[in-house]
Amino acid sequence: MAQADAGVAPLSMGRPRKEKLVTADGMPLKRALQRAERRRKLAAFLLVAPLLAFLLTVFIFPIGQMMWRSVDNPQVVNALPRTLEALRGWDGQELPEEPVFAALHADFMADADRPRREQAIGPLGIRLNYEVSAARGAISRTARNVASFEAPYREAFLDEHRLWGDPNLWRIIQREGRPLTMSYYVAALDREFDEDGRIVQRDENRRIYVNLFGRTLALSVGITLLCFLLGFPIAYWMSVLPMRYANLLMICVLLPFWTSLLVRTTAWIVLLQQQGVINTLLVQLGIIADENRLSMIYNMTGTIIAMTHILLPFMVLPLYSVMRTIPPSYMRAAKSLGATPFTAFRRVYFPQTLPGIGAGAVLVFIISIGYYITPALVGGQSGRMISNEIARHMQQSLNWGLAAALGTMLLVGVLILYWAYNRLVGADSLKFN
Amino acid sequence: MKQRTLKLIGAGGAVSLLALSAAHADDPVSLTIVSWGGAYTQSQIRAYHEPWMELNPHVTIINDDGSANALAGLRAQAQAGNVTWDLVDMLPSDAQLACDEGIIMPIDHDAVLAAAPDGTPPTEDFLPGSLGECFIPQIVYSTVLAFRPDAFPDDNQPTSIADLFDVENFPGRRALQDRPGTNLEWALYADGVDPDDIYDVLSTPEGVDRAFAKLDTIKDHIVFWTEGAQAPQLLADGEVVMATGYNGRMFDAIEVEGMAADIIWDGQVVEWDGWVVPADGPNIDAVMEYLYFATDTQRLADQASFISYGPARASSAELVGEHADLGIDMNEHMPTAPENYFAPIVLDNDFWVDYGDELRERFANWMLQ
Repeated sequence: MAQADAGVAPLSMGRPRKEKLVTADGMPLKRALQRAERRRKLAAFLLVAPLLAFLLTVFIFPIGQMMWRSVDNPQVVNALPRTLEALRGWDGQELPEEPVFAALHADFMADADRPRREQAIGPLGIRLNYEVSAARGAISRTARNVASFEAPYREAFLDEHRLWGDPNLWRIIQREGRPLTMSYYVAALDREFDEDGRIVQRDENRRIYVNLFGRTLALSVGITLLCFLLGFPIAYWMSVLPMRYANLLMICVLLPFWTSLLVRTTAWIVLLQQQGVINTLLVQLGIIADENRLSMIYNMTGTIIAMTHILLPFMVLPLYSVMRTIPPSYMRAAKSLGATPFTAFRRVYFPQTLPGIGAGAVLVFIISIGYYITPALVGGQSGRMISNEIARHMQQSLNWGLAAALGTMLLVGVLILYWAYNRLVGADSLKFN
Repeated sequence: MKQRTLKLIGAGGAVSLLALSAAHADDPVSLTIVSWGGAYTQSQIRAYHEPWMELNPHVTIINDDGSANALAGLRAQAQAGNVTWDLVDMLPSDAQLACDEGIIMPIDHDAVLAAAPDGTPPTEDFLPGSLGECFIPQIVYSTVLAFRPDAFPDDNQPTSIADLFDVENFPGRRALQDRPGTNLEWALYADGVDPDDIYDVLSTPEGVDRAFAKLDTIKDHIVFWTEGAQAPQLLADGEVVMATGYNGRMFDAIEVEGMAADIIWDGQVVEWDGWVVPADGPNIDAVMEYLYFATDTQRLADQASFISYGPARASSAELVGEHADLGIDMNEHMPTAPENYFAPIVLDNDFWVDYGDELRERFANWMLQ
């Protein structure tokens, strides 16, 4: 569509005359042109419409939904409307008084009358358990017995479960009694609310996510660097070989690309494990002792090796496509002007490959920062990345709010890095092919 | 079909609901049953699905290996308002969560399940503590410790969970699952806590510290596994000298694949596994008929002929026979066999639902340190 605009611009500018131009059937030329343009635009739009619709439904919409989930907080509001009303004005210090417990009882009773699928007490327990352990147990036990409670309700609730006597639980109910929350982000940053509602760092032995974000970043940078160091010479070699051999080499680079990811990952397990091919070979050659076999898998080393291998083509291809276009005469010219081979490489050749390096690095980095299967299989514990934790919250703990908060942070982080890259290098210089 | 319905009523005094639903049940129906895949699904196919389809030619059963992420799948289907699963095999802790969320059906066990052959109602026949609000248990499985006998001298073989934590006398790497469940229980057990008191101790911050302190003593010797199949693989590859794993997987690796390893039944962590019915499933009536059949005394006993998990009904125990293909007596391989069940730790699902989030974070943090 940009092209269409560009096409019409010179026409409309080159029209200073006063008398109106008309077409053969008397229609003003301007309108005829507009109509033709509109038709072209419509055709162009219809052509991209399927892709647009596809992207909207499978990409933009789910991302929006994910971001929404990271702040969406309907559980307390749905389950305890009366309690929240009664809690209004509570100072958050002493345990609430009888009216609040009476309202709580009313909320529990009202929930039991709803159709099962609309009951809100179950989700409430799960939600509050994210904030304080054993809250789910307290709530489900109370829900089973609440019908037999009699006034004064305060004693009845306190007898049922100790948590009801904990002002902290009430502070959480009050705090989370709003349709939007930031508690998932607070948790995703290894922080929590203290008694006065301030955000403080968590207990040291429960901090994981910030550390994992840092490690994910470090691993991705390391893998990108390794891919560059390994990919650059191959791409160069391919670019100077005659086409016939270059194509052969290209197949070698692409072959792993065409093999199933799981097969490649499993192959690395066979090669790298302690009783694996490499270790056994080294032992038989007498390079290492049998009891000192190297730990190359189920740790960070495993993740780095397997991921570098998997992502290498993403570095080689853009590099190769850029190097192919650099005329060899430039290097010859530099040398004929007195440059040493190294200087010629450094000042003439290398700068011209920068667009390829940039494209390859951005590709490898962005893919690896969200990588998931390979670290899960060969990473052990030290080679795990933030995506593994997101997957765990999606599939096992089912804390989708926290998963969404972590995912949103990862997404925003990548966007910031891309923005910084764009400011420093310029995205226009990227050359993917 | 009508005949079978009559038989059902006669056999179990089943509710009229079944008879009503069976009235027009001859229309072809396909049930999507979600389970764990592999040898486990195979055992269900042979013990439950095939006999049921033989009795009911109009029923087709489609197997889906989605149980590992069943909870996420159930929730996604419920939220999308498009429930495609008819029956799901899952763990009781997950079932409790799903039940709390209202995405699976509450079960009135005595009304919808078959009684034992001697008339004992299901609520008394199923093993104590195994029934859940929405959960129908099938099997008892346990997490056990297995080791390679060739890694230790003949006169010094490991025999207990305490030996797992004894790297002085039993050197070598150990494979543990990368989650706190089972590991924390064993740490306390090895530290001298009585199996019955483990969860009381673990409910206190001091108890948790104590468990992690015990785990610290072997931390440098641990390889973590995630998927059930990894544990026997690590043992078979010689990557580790001991591995924790599911008893069925270990049985398979040892008896079927011929891996040289022994199981230590001391401190086995016992858990149930069973069925849940998604709320608003497409064929609830047909599923309830299937369940009535598939969870009766004989069927549960039959499953033990294909995999070494114990039937969840007391009345099934005496019917357990030989392995269908190997011909070995399965009784001694059951977690519930008296000679194996001498020091069991029964996994407390309520505890893990309540404290799981916090302990998982702490465990993840501990693994990363």
